[in-house]
Amino acid sequence: MAGEHQNGTLVLEVKDLDVRIEGGGGSFLVVRDMAFAVARGETLAIVGESGCGKSMTALTLLRLHPPAATVERGFVCVDGQDVLALPRAALEDIRGEGIGMIFQEPLTALNPVMTIGDQIAEALRRHRDIGRRAAARRAIELLDLVRMPDPDHRARLYPHQLSGGMRQRAMIAIALSCEPAVLVADEPTTALDVTIQAQILGLIRDLQQRLGTALVLITHDLGVVAEMADTVIVMYAGRRVEVAHVNDLFDRPLHPYTRALMTAAPHLEAADGAKSMLMEIKGAVPPPWDMPQGCPFAPRCGLTLDRCRVEEPPLVKKRDGHLAACWEVPDAA
Amino acid sequence: MLTYTIRRLALFVPMAAGMVIVTFSLLLLVPGDPAAVLLGQEASPEDIARLRMALGLDDPWFARLGRYFAALLQGDMGRSIFQNQPVAGVIGERLGATVELALAALMVAIVLGFVLGIAAAMWQASWVDTACMLLAQLGVSMPVYWLGILLMLAFAVQLGWLPSIGRGEPLLAAAGMALAGNPGPLLKSLSHLVLPALALGVNSAAIISRLVRTSMIEVLGEDFVRTAYAKGLRRPRVIVRHALRNALLPVISVIGLRFGALLGGAVLTESIFGWPGLGQLTIAAISQRDIPLIQGIVLTYAMMFAVVNLLVDLSYALIDPRVRLG
Ligand SMILES: Nc1ncnc2c1ncn2[C@@H]1O[C@H](COP(=O)(O)OP(=O)(O)OP(=O)(O)O)[C@@H](O)[C@H]1O
Ligand code: SF4
Ligand SMILES: [Mg+2]
Repeated sequence: MAGEHQNGTLVLEVKDLDVRIEGGGGSFLVVRDMAFAVARGETLAIVGESGCGKSMTALTLLRLHPPAATVERGFVCVDGQDVLALPRAALEDIRGEGIGMIFQEPLTALNPVMTIGDQIAEALRRHRDIGRRAAARRAIELLDLVRMPDPDHRARLYPHQLSGGMRQRAMIAIALSCEPAVLVADEPTTALDVTIQAQILGLIRDLQQRLGTALVLITHDLGVVAEMADTVIVMYAGRRVEVAHVNDLFDRPLHPYTRALMTAAPHLEAADGAKSMLMEIKGAVPPPWDMPQGCPFAPRCGLTLDRCRVEEPPLVKKRDGHLAACWEVPDAA
Repeated sequence: MLTYTIRRLALFVPMAAGMVIVTFSLLLLVPGDPAAVLLGQEASPEDIARLRMALGLDDPWFARLGRYFAALLQGDMGRSIFQNQPVAGVIGERLGATVELALAALMVAIVLGFVLGIAAAMWQASWVDTACMLLAQLGVSMPVYWLGILLMLAFAVQLGWLPSIGRGEPLLAAAGMALAGNPGPLLKSLSHLVLPALALGVNSAAIISRLVRTSMIEVLGEDFVRTAYAKGLRRPRVIVRHALRNALLPVISVIGLRFGALLGGAVLTESIFGWPGLGQLTIAAISQRDIPLIQGIVLTYAMMFAVVNLLVDLSYALIDPRVRLG
């Protein structure tokens, strides 16, 4: 994939990633064959329905996946460091400084008994050699940077005293406090009001551009993808089913699943990220413990060929810089 | 925090008054005539009547309640019938011993309980967890008197390391002497305190450890702990600053309850180890039907519980801003 990134330094590379969950119900792969690369200042969007493995992929990038999950295979490289192989201390060094993360639910993601100023300062003091006072001052500056109104006062407040949007701003300030090379945002606006969503996305994009951060944006909202992404990965049942530049994807979606997503979201033009487009496609994603043979999308796909029910289509190049996993789409010459 | 403290203290006053009224009514409800008890079985009805008059027992209840209140405010809890001394003095002598024992037992309970509970939660489902919880199971099922006797047999009788009975100087006084260059009394006091504190505290330690474990495991799975790790914080800091502080909330109220239980539970431990505390006094007062003394003891216990409660609430507010700021 390196060829696609001649114009920037790669700061995040993921290859051959398989994540397995061992649960009461058995053991199954929830992420299969994931791979991508993101350069400085670039945005990769990962889009897909609930349960398709987006969060699991995101958490693996910081090696924060839950104990039930194990990385069975693969390679994650952040800023030149092999995250999955690092000893614990080095891993802790890279978290927050090499790669930061914003979570979906800002209320539960913040410590309820610590002021947000302290929560930001704590991250600073962990990675920077600064004193308590300086960290507290810098925390206020960061709150100002994320456009928190009245940052001096707000720094002394606890999460429960802030609105959802302000909490997410605080979360962003924490994640960006040490200016990480990579920022992972796992559905950063899903829990917020529609009007706030656009503000938060605008803020993330602004800061990303200012700091040159590589952004991995997880979402199930195609409007957000259109608004923010450079490259897009469409995930289905733990796998990539389509990978393309954002313009190619919207101009010419190749995979039947992507096309279904787009028809399920008809107001793309008017969206501007303000109108949320939740996907609704008939049927449900097959759970990992009940994967059909062949193409996982076959039970919901209108185009099913005989081959689809037998053999899973590989992800291959269908056009220039445009990959898809579907038997029905002709391969590139 | 200051406003919360003031609000909470303001609540304390009517509560204390309520307890005084309840204690007072106990006296009305208890069968038997205090005057008759006081004078013994040979007393004539006339003598009893005269004494009732002298004690003001025939006055209407509200007048007596008023007098009771007024006396209490001056630190007068009445006179013990059998010891013929002011109740306040009799109780005061013993109170220190009981509080000292209960606090020492609470220390045992908190230290053991947190160490075991945190270890079990951090290495959940490993042999550490199993070992800690087996110990806790043992601690919960061991009756205080049984453990007390075992400890006494082992460490006092067999090994002879520690005294089996009695109390040294009051710990505070002994500590003062140690500071003044005389450590002897402090060592003696501590050696007397160890066994009863262990016997009394182990049960609570077991209960606290289980609770700390459950609470820690729950908190360790919370999103904000993941955020703390995502910031790159080292594990010990995440455990102490983020997980433990939040896990403390449900534990604190139980610690308060346990302290209440320790104060009450001291009765048995005190008699096993000959600890001159309120427990022994209570038993004596009840068997002698020394009503003013009983009344004083009940009120003392009630006040201690109320104070513990107050401390629990205040520490709750100290730890959790949601309580403090509403
Ligand atoms: N802690 C866990 N234990 C067991 N299974 C899990 C756990 N976390 C996730 N899973 C399973 O892994 C799969 C992928 O989950 P993941 O959270 O990555 O989905 P997602 O794409 O982020 O969905 P959503 O949009 O709902 O956030 C799901 O089938 C889910 O049930
Ligand atoms: S491979 Fe077949 S079932 Fe799968 S998406 Fe393509 S056409 Fe549909
Ligand atoms: Mg998710």
